[in-house]
Parts: sequence; structure tokens; C-alpha cells
Amino acid sequence: MPVCMALNRSINCSTKSIIMPTIIKALQSQVGRKLMTGITGIALMLFLVVHLAGNYAIFASAEAFNIYTKKLESLGILLYIAEAGLLFFVLYHSYLGISIWLGKRKARSSGYEVYKSRGGASRQNLASRSMILSGITILVFLVVHIWSFKFGETEMIMSADGEPMRDLRQLVIDSFTTWYIALGYVVVLSLVMLHLFHGAWSAFTSLGVTSKNNTQAFKLGAYIFTMVLMLGFIFIPVYIFVTGGTGSLIAY
Amino acid sequence: MSTNMTIHLRYWRQSGPTAKGYFEDRTLSTVNEHMSFLEMLDVLNEELQLEGKDPVEFDYDCREGICGSCNLVINGQAHGPKKGTACCQLHMRNYSDGDHITIEPPRASAFPVIKDLVVDRSAFDRIIEAGGYVSVKTGSAQEANARPIPKNDADLAFDYAACIGCGACVAACPNASASLFTSAKISHLSHLPQGDVERSNRVVAMVEQMEEEGFGDCSNFGECEAVCPKEISIAAIADMRRDYARAVLQG
Repeated sequence: MPVCMALNRSINCSTKSIIMPTIIKALQSQVGRKLMTGITGIALMLFLVVHLAGNYAIFASAEAFNIYTKKLESLGILLYIAEAGLLFFVLYHSYLGISIWLGKRKARSSGYEVYKSRGGASRQNLASRSMILSGITILVFLVVHIWSFKFGETEMIMSADGEPMRDLRQLVIDSFTTWYIALGYVVVLSLVMLHLFHGAWSAFTSLGVTSKNNTQAFKLGAYIFTMVLMLGFIFIPVYIFVTGGTGSLIAY
Repeated sequence: MSTNMTIHLRYWRQSGPTAKGYFEDRTLSTVNEHMSFLEMLDVLNEELQLEGKDPVEFDYDCREGICGSCNLVINGQAHGPKKGTACCQLHMRNYSDGDHITIEPPRASAFPVIKDLVVDRSAFDRIIEAGGYVSVKTGSAQEANARPIPKNDADLAFDYAACIGCGACVAACPNASASLFTSAKISHLSHLPQGDVERSNRVVAMVEQMEEEGFGDCSNFGECEAVCPKEISIAAIADMRRDYARAVLQG
């Protein structure tokens, strides 16, 4: 680094001495908060992919779904670790989102009388402007969702090889043949889709992965990913409700 | 040939930083389509002064879109409706006879109003001071081609160096974030060998200063890019985040 040495000899490079922040402190900076929103967001999206794959066990053999859930529950300590991790990601992501939203007011104490998006390069749309609302709805939904499926009351049945297992499959079918539960799930899942229409692309921009040349590709990829993922989720309650739980895809 | 238009104006009046502001309405009947937006305000001020009233204060300097002084928020859009255009270069031909136009100063806690439509943007100066400089060896000039720079890097640096610091990005951002300004000022230096020396210090210091000034968080709305008179891409912001992570991880 010949230039640097020459510089050090001739002048004092900086007028303000910089102490490199520790990682903990850096994560609390505006950029760090954004990086963590992106990282937790991507982790949660990856979880959704796994979740969806698991859900589709309901369309496999008659016992597949219950065996899958029993396997999960038999993971013991590993499952608790995974659940704690997920809870941490959800709470961290929510905390960051809410604090960013609260910060708006501080940064603009008196607002505009007239405000209008310019369009064009702007990504201000229903999805990006409603992140806080879709986010909070999802958070509340998660409580209900875990309450009703993880801790829901199920009958114990015997598997083909004589093992007792929870009949979660029946609980899912009973739930989604109830019109208001099916409708509620479709509405919330649509809100998750809305959240991801901005979030999926935004997460990668937050991580600094996007650049001028690839941002269009990332936008397109994020849209396709969101559509496939969320329509995949939505299909299950819709199918079960429409067929009354007796559709040909569900084996008995 | 030019036609005269009648324009109904509604603009922010505030006699001082601590005074309570209010909107004032006034109709101009002699607006020429060839006038720039600022020339239209000159006409307004002439009328006001002839009546013995205080003129409306607004920032301007070059009036050719290169200095970044003007920063009006016109009908809710920073610099008005035209893409890649500062409001001094916005001509009244973009409006029609009888239009209503609301003019507000950029609204951000970090940009306090000084008077009427003029705000204090020294927060930007302090962000630059924190790290937006390079250290150069003084003395006889180096030969121009002594340090070859890849064309892509040079182009990128030039794109970001186009920032004129007008503050439209802050004005338009729903969160009043200064991320586009700060990242453009970081990235136009960090892509060049001359700016590489202070690269890590620069990004950390400028990001810290940006937050200290009270600007909001970035939510990747991209509104800043849409209103930027120099059309600087929010890829600059992604660049800043990458640079920040790199600086912190390297220690």
C-alpha cells in the first residue's frame, strides 16, 4: 500500500478519530438494524419453505401427515432448540419492524399537508406501505395458529404398526371444513403474501446483495417465490373447504 | 407565442425557526408557460413586495439543476412531478390554466425550517464532515493515467458523485431517511483507489452521523430514487450496507 504510507507521512488522514463499533453495537445502528431485518426475514422465509413442504404430507398416504408430525415431536430437545430459534427470529424481526415504524414519527415530527408518490422507480405500494399492519396481523395470527394446531385437542389413534399417535390430520380437516377458519387462514395467508411482495426483495437489498444490474432479477425472483410459496399455502385450506375434506387428493 | 395562465398557489409561511407556520393562498394570473417554477415564485414575490408584504423565502442558486439549493415539495412530491428534474428546471408548461399548487418545505426533524420554504440542511454537511473526504498527497500533480481505474468502477463512482445534496431523498422518504444521500456520498469515494484508504472509517463514521442527526430508518421504499433529480439508484444504499458490514467484520 504505497499510497497509504505516503499519506500517513504527509498528512493526518482523519479529522475525527473513529472507533470501530463492536458487532453488538453495529447491529444497533440504522444499517445494522436493516441487516438484521433482512437476515431474520430470510430465515423466516426459509422456515416457510420447510413448513409448506411438511404441509403437503396431508396429500400423501392416509398416515403420512400424522407420522410426519409425530416425527417432529419425537425430536425432543432438537425441536425445542428449533422452536426457540424461530421464536427469537420472529420476535427480533417484529421488534425491528415496530421500532422502525415508531422512528418515522420522530424523524418527521410535522408531516405534509399533501403527499404523493412519484411512481417510476418508487416501490411505495400497498405492500410496502402496509408492512406494519400485515406484520402485526401475522404476529397475532401466529399465537392463534400455534394455539390451535400445536396445542389443539386431538384424538389418539393407532398407526398401522401399532404406535399411538395424535390425529392432527383430522384436526386440520375439521378446522378447514369450518368456513370461518378456512376464510381466516386464506385472509391471513394473503396478508403474508402481501408482506413478502415487499419483504422478499427488500430483505436482499437490506443485506446489500442487490446492485443496479441485478435488482430487476431479484424483484422478479422475489415475486415468483412469493406467489409459488403463498399460493401453495393457500391451496390447502381452500381445497379442504371446497371438497368438504373428501377430495380425491386426500387419501383415506 | 406564450399563453398566460392562472395558478392558484398555497404555500407555507413561517416567520422563523420557532414561529408557528401556516399556509397562505394566493392566485397568480400572469404565469407564463416558459417560466421556471422558481421564476413563477419570483413573480409571486414581486407582487407581494409591491403590496408591501414580506416575500416568500425559498432556497435557490444556480437555477440550472446542478447546485442542489432548491428543494421545494410541490403538490406532495419533492421537486415536483418531473422525473430527474430539480424544481428550478421545472417549467410552468407542465401545468395547466387553473391548477392548484401546494408548496411545502421538506419536512424532516433533521431539516428544521429557517423561514417559509427554507430549511437548514447543515445536517448533510456534518455527515460529509464525518468522513466524506479523501486524503491526497499534495505537491506536484500526479500524471493523469498513473493509476488506472476499471471503467465499471469509474462509471459507478460517477453515477453516485452526481448527488447534489438537495435533500429531495429525505423530503420524499416516508421515514425521512437520509440513506440515499449518505450512501451516494460514501460510494462515490469507496469505489476509487483514492477513496480506499479511509473506506472502513468513512462508512462507519457517516452512518453514525446520519443517525445522530435524527434521520429515520430506511425501509427500501425507493421513493428517494424516484424523486432524485440526478436519478441515483438505491443500489447505493445496498452498497453502503455491504461496506458497513465489511468494515465492522474486519474490525
